[in-house]
Amino acid sequence: MNDTLIGLAERVRQATAAKAILRIRGGNTKSFMAGVMSDAATLDMRSYAGIVDYAPSELVITARAGTPLVEIEKVLAERGQCLPFDPPRFADETGALSGTVGGMVASGLAGPGRAAVGGVRDYVLGVLLLNGRGDLMHFGGQVMKNVAGYDVSRLLAGSWGALGAICEVSLKVLPMPVATATLRFDMRQGEALDHLHAWAGQPLPLNASVWWRDTLAVRLRGAHAAVAAAVSRLGGEVIPNELGDAFWEGLRDQRDEFFIEARHAAERDKSALWRLSLPPTTPVLPSFDDTLVEWGGAQRWIVAGAEDTLVLHRAERAGGSAFRVVGGVGDGAGYATPLAPSLLAIHKRLRESFDPHGVFVPGRPMRF
Amino acid sequence: MSRSPVRVDPVLGDDSPPSTLAHPGWANTMPPGFDGQSAIAPSRLDELDTTPTRDAPAPARPAVAQATLVDTLRTLLPPHALLWRNEDTTPYECDGLTAYRERPLAVALPETEEQVSALLAACHRLGVPVVARGAGTGLSGGAMPHANGLTLSLAKFNRIVKIDTRARTATVQSGVRNLAISEAVAPHGFYYAPDPSSQIACTIGGNVAENSGGVHCLKYGLTLHNVLQVRGFLADGSPATFGSLALDVPGLDLLSVVVGSEGMLAVVTEVVVKLTPKPQVARCIMASFDNVRAAGDAVAAIIANGLIPAGLEMMDKPMTAAVEAFVNAGYDLDAAAILLCESDGTPEEVQEEILRMKSVLVGAGATQLEVSDNEAQRLRFWSGRKNAFPASGRLSPDYMCMDSTIPRARLADMLLAIAEMEVKFDLRCCNVFHAGDGNLHPLILFDANDPEQLHRAEAFGAEILELSVAMGGTISGEHGVGAEKLNSMCVQFSETERAQMLALKAAFDPQGLLNPGKVIPTLSRCAEYGRMHVKRGALAFPELERF
Repeated sequence: MNDTLIGLAERVRQATAAKAILRIRGGNTKSFMAGVMSDAATLDMRSYAGIVDYAPSELVITARAGTPLVEIEKVLAERGQCLPFDPPRFADETGALSGTVGGMVASGLAGPGRAAVGGVRDYVLGVLLLNGRGDLMHFGGQVMKNVAGYDVSRLLAGSWGALGAICEVSLKVLPMPVATATLRFDMRQGEALDHLHAWAGQPLPLNASVWWRDTLAVRLRGAHAAVAAAVSRLGGEVIPNELGDAFWEGLRDQRDEFFIEARHAAERDKSALWRLSLPPTTPVLPSFDDTLVEWGGAQRWIVAGAEDTLVLHRAERAGGSAFRVVGGVGDGAGYATPLAPSLLAIHKRLRESFDPHGVFVPGRPMRF
Repeated sequence: MSRSPVRVDPVLGDDSPPSTLAHPGWANTMPPGFDGQSAIAPSRLDELDTTPTRDAPAPARPAVAQATLVDTLRTLLPPHALLWRNEDTTPYECDGLTAYRERPLAVALPETEEQVSALLAACHRLGVPVVARGAGTGLSGGAMPHANGLTLSLAKFNRIVKIDTRARTATVQSGVRNLAISEAVAPHGFYYAPDPSSQIACTIGGNVAENSGGVHCLKYGLTLHNVLQVRGFLADGSPATFGSLALDVPGLDLLSVVVGSEGMLAVVTEVVVKLTPKPQVARCIMASFDNVRAAGDAVAAIIANGLIPAGLEMMDKPMTAAVEAFVNAGYDLDAAAILLCESDGTPEEVQEEILRMKSVLVGAGATQLEVSDNEAQRLRFWSGRKNAFPASGRLSPDYMCMDSTIPRARLADMLLAIAEMEVKFDLRCCNVFHAGDGNLHPLILFDANDPEQLHRAEAFGAEILELSVAMGGTISGEHGVGAEKLNSMCVQFSETERAQMLALKAAFDPQGLLNPGKVIPTLSRCAEYGRMHVKRGALAFPELERF
């Protein structure tokens, strides 16, 4: 077994013995979401990096947790393949896109393509996990269809370190689409949602959508003929691909104008940036300071100076959930929709079974 | 591996089960099991069969008498919804894996969620195991009853609750048949994408339990990828909802383990599925190859060239001969292997994709190539593939169906290895693969009346599974572990991995009452298997039950 891996496992066992706590860290690009954990020592996964195996004809790549996402995407692009769910790579303090593949799985965050192609969990095929006992365990595998045992590898997508440190991950990848087009429309939010629902019910190569300040943009991806036919059918203004691609990338990495303004607002005047995950057909939620709608209505980013309880209430009433990403006050209760009591008990027992001594401090979204 | 000599129902085809009523007399001659070990009905296999429940962890408390259970449940259900006489419970003694039989203490057929909750709470109080059951079409014994338990049939949960065309979802009760969903939403231009071959009979609840696939899952995903929300009850009868109509939920994504958990984490009563717009056109290419290496490489080449076919299936020469005799579809009988490669979408998309597929297949050495021009012809191309199981049933009194998955690039290696195993074990094997997913269904032909042949067939199957794991694959692609592949789980997972999975079950079901003894083998069972495993092929006492 690899020395670095042995060292990581040893580190966990030592921390357990010393009753210390560990914060699992990759590129350190998501600490704004994960929250501050001042008492915790860092289990730095960047030392365990590199692509272990990549077979384009299998549509599978296996990489160590510390591998930067940009490196994986570069290797995939050389063979005409990609991670179609557009995981955000985020910039570190130097501005470099340093998010790692381990962090991608642990956070479970996906970008503009999510609604059309699925999320992180849908592309996780297998994981090597280091649990809180210092045991290394494989779950899942490197093949597309696998129903042997419980699918623990997919459970780790979006687990924010609650069940252990993800050391290696096998991901399903897909061919890059042969054609892409971006269309722009002037529309109010309600009208945009109506159009998006109608289009999604038709066999159109609709791949991503975003609405902000009375502008709707959609991305089409697929065969040349299908994209061309959809462009002429949907109308709107065709955005040249170099502009369109840069726009979607900015949105994906949350470096777009909306996110920059939202962060400034949070620093300036106590307002907060919220992410709402909602049934896509939820009607327009009025009276917030600013709103950006993605995923055909299923993901809505909201800037609000409002009370936490109001935002949480709105999300829950719609049958969804809310999470205060940046800004606002305090990290106690109130920054996220709580779990149903029956599920909370399962979460506690699950965490106890993976990490009985509580050696790992999970990120903010998973503090239950 | 599948130990069952699968008798195929010609109506249901493929993955569908033989009638569970085929031998109604058998079980009635047997005393009901009281110790969790003795109630296996006699089958032609039992002298060599692995008694699956032998591994079931004994309930913490002594087994509850049938009368106690029935008296308790009677107060919760109308009289017609509770069965306990042998002649009434016998039809439930197995699922599609008929070699494993067990009669439950009782069968409940609740009609409301309140009844499900009350039944579970009562069994929880009494410490009685509960095995949920859909249509009973599973092929790995996942719905085989527990001798000391209650079988909870969801058959009466057969209502389509809501079709929401704007949200592109359907809310259905768990006993609704897979195909019934697609039929109900067809007028709106949608369908439900996962299409296991038993889709006319199998239920969505069973699909959730097994994470079922189908021939289109390379492009459209498995059950997990097409289900948004599952509502049901935990072992103690408390309600729980997993997933959401939104695309993610607060906390852990528990839906991803509930799907595929074979009824061991929760009992499902209602499912919200995603609907997919029906493609306007589908066309299929039928390509012949004169050697299996070229055919296997063609599969890898299709994928490596950036194509994701709607379906990509392979049949070898013996399989082709068998299905041609069955359906007379005009298959190329000289080909060493045949590939079926389908494209669907808009007419423009399909035309473009078919051209690219043809060029890759020709480049990979296809000797003959035909593209369907109309729907009748496309269905004719598929008719043989869809009838692979019944066609094999005509070749041989019995067959075993394997279900492992391997990396696509190893398909040809596996076919050649199987050809060598045919010589080694002196048995024939027909091969039909979901090639696009690397999911194999080799059908080992044998006669179960000859115990020696069965023994060889078992060893043949075990060797395929072990080779699959050695190639980086898995012991089950879509049929599940159930009661059948517990031993193979010992090969694929380490002790700590299995212990973690058992702990995961305990997090949902601390008393271990939901479908106990399935899917995850106990540590002692694997230790026992390990000892036997070493001596495979040269067992000292082949006449002894191998446990």
